[in-house]
Amino acid sequence: MPIVNEGLQKEFEYVTRPGERKHIGETLDQADELMQEMAYALITGKHLEVDRLTREALDKGYTANRILDFGLLAGMAIVGVKFRDNIIFVPEVLVAARAMKAGMAHVEPILSAAGVEPKGTIIMGTVKGDLHDIGKNLCIMMLRGAGYTVHDLGVDTAPDEFVDAIDEYEAQLVGMSALLTTTMPNMGRTINAIEEAGLRDEVRVMVGGAPVTQEFADEMGADGYGQNAVECVDRANELIVLLEELRRS
Amino acid sequence: MPEAMPTSREPSSKDCAPAKGILDRLAQGETLALDGATGTYLQKCGLEPGGCPELMNAEVPDTVRSMTARYFEAGSDMALTNSFGGSKFMLRKYGVGDRVRELNRLAAEHVRAVAPQGGFVVGSVGPTGEFMEPLGEVSEQEMYDAFAEQITALEEGGADAVVIETQMALEEAATAIRAARDNTGLTVMSTMVFEKGPRGYFTMMGVTPQRAVVELQAAGADVVGTNCGNGIEKMVELGGIMRNLTDGFLIIQSNAGIPQIVGGEIHYPESPEFMSERYAQLAEIPINILGGCCGTGPAHVEAMVEALRGSPQAAAV
Repeated sequence: MPIVNEGLQKEFEYVTRPGERKHIGETLDQADELMQEMAYALITGKHLEVDRLTREALDKGYTANRILDFGLLAGMAIVGVKFRDNIIFVPEVLVAARAMKAGMAHVEPILSAAGVEPKGTIIMGTVKGDLHDIGKNLCIMMLRGAGYTVHDLGVDTAPDEFVDAIDEYEAQLVGMSALLTTTMPNMGRTINAIEEAGLRDEVRVMVGGAPVTQEFADEMGADGYGQNAVECVDRANELIVLLEELRRS
Repeated sequence: MPEAMPTSREPSSKDCAPAKGILDRLAQGETLALDGATGTYLQKCGLEPGGCPELMNAEVPDTVRSMTARYFEAGSDMALTNSFGGSKFMLRKYGVGDRVRELNRLAAEHVRAVAPQGGFVVGSVGPTGEFMEPLGEVSEQEMYDAFAEQITALEEGGADAVVIETQMALEEAATAIRAARDNTGLTVMSTMVFEKGPRGYFTMMGVTPQRAVVELQAAGADVVGTNCGNGIEKMVELGGIMRNLTDGFLIIQSNAGIPQIVGGEIHYPESPEFMSERYAQLAEIPINILGGCCGTGPAHVEAMVEALRGSPQAAAV
């Protein structure tokens, strides 16, 4: 059905790139009134509303997948676009994330009980010596929303902690964050440690953080760089496909 | 009635107290030179990546003092204290949240100890790393108290001014400004850090330079501006934007460009010569206080001061 929710209609106007407009538009076309209401509540950060609407949908017999795709993720996709395009900023994303979490609390247990495979397993941490986690937490929230299992290693994560976590969680992707220019080189050191542990071919490594650039990522030997949390999900999607292709060949 | 009060009092005879305050000198049209980076410098002196810089005030005071002495030698009129992360919120991440008073007092004492006659001590106050309610869990009162604790300690140690810097959230910056205003007699400056996105300059929290100027001044800051950033050319642009909005005093501390890794070492690309030309442009806008952020050192300050002396602003003095 077309977008009937007036608020959501206005939100969709922020999506201007043709490819994104088509993709998100197609998703919203499949969302009914209740899912549209949920998407709009998520975009505007109304976590109590999302909590209520998710329970209502489950009571009415909506599947967890349908709620996730057409309510929560459809809303999150617009949040991502607005964030990238400077329409909204960290405060708005944080409240949207809180709303997402409220919905996921009902949906996730059903998905995992049904044995729905996650898209992939990611470990993420802020590198050694760095105590900043806002950016990393935003990325984790977006990745989880996109269907990944993400293990948060927290801040001040030493190279061997990353290495151990790859083993422990059988991770396919490693995400590293740094805010300080002084701790950025610890990304390179962590990549070296992964190599020395003989795990470099098992995983793809992506990096991000305010002072990190594509050039810097290349220099350190990372496989991907994202400028923000939206790009982080894009990189994860690309890298996971690459990794699977590599494994098949 | 007692005898008539003398119409002018002698200035208080605090040791090394500058004859004229910062604002007096700015009002006379002077462009004042701040110093260069603290973190970048201390890193070269053994600060571990991610280590607690403020602990160095207690553990290696001579290192901290010699850094500031070099900046004053390079021509700085004012130098920042090593207290950027000196709030209880930051210090407790290193397990020293109970040493706010001591470490901030020391930070100011170190700069005062090496400041030449007329040199100013500027207390550095960075963000707490926390979000205020309702976004985060820290109440406005709790944040106010933390800033008041840090800033009064800086004043006790001999600071003339405080710069509430690298701010991203207006609520937090305004709370710090109020804490300084209410509890100290310091000159209050405040800077925010902007990034250029598809729709122009914003802080991470969505504050425009326009709003920053208006709101920081409304909160009680004597001098407002921007610091850190992505290279000095963007600072020239930002300086123009801010000057269009106010006749008040402005401050800019620029980093030396976007860091690169060269041979495993962090390298900031902007040379003292490159930056000094733009510092001269900034002085012409006019931006009233200029200094360096990440990646700048004594050589940058020297080149900047030389450029400022040749600028019309400085020549007017």
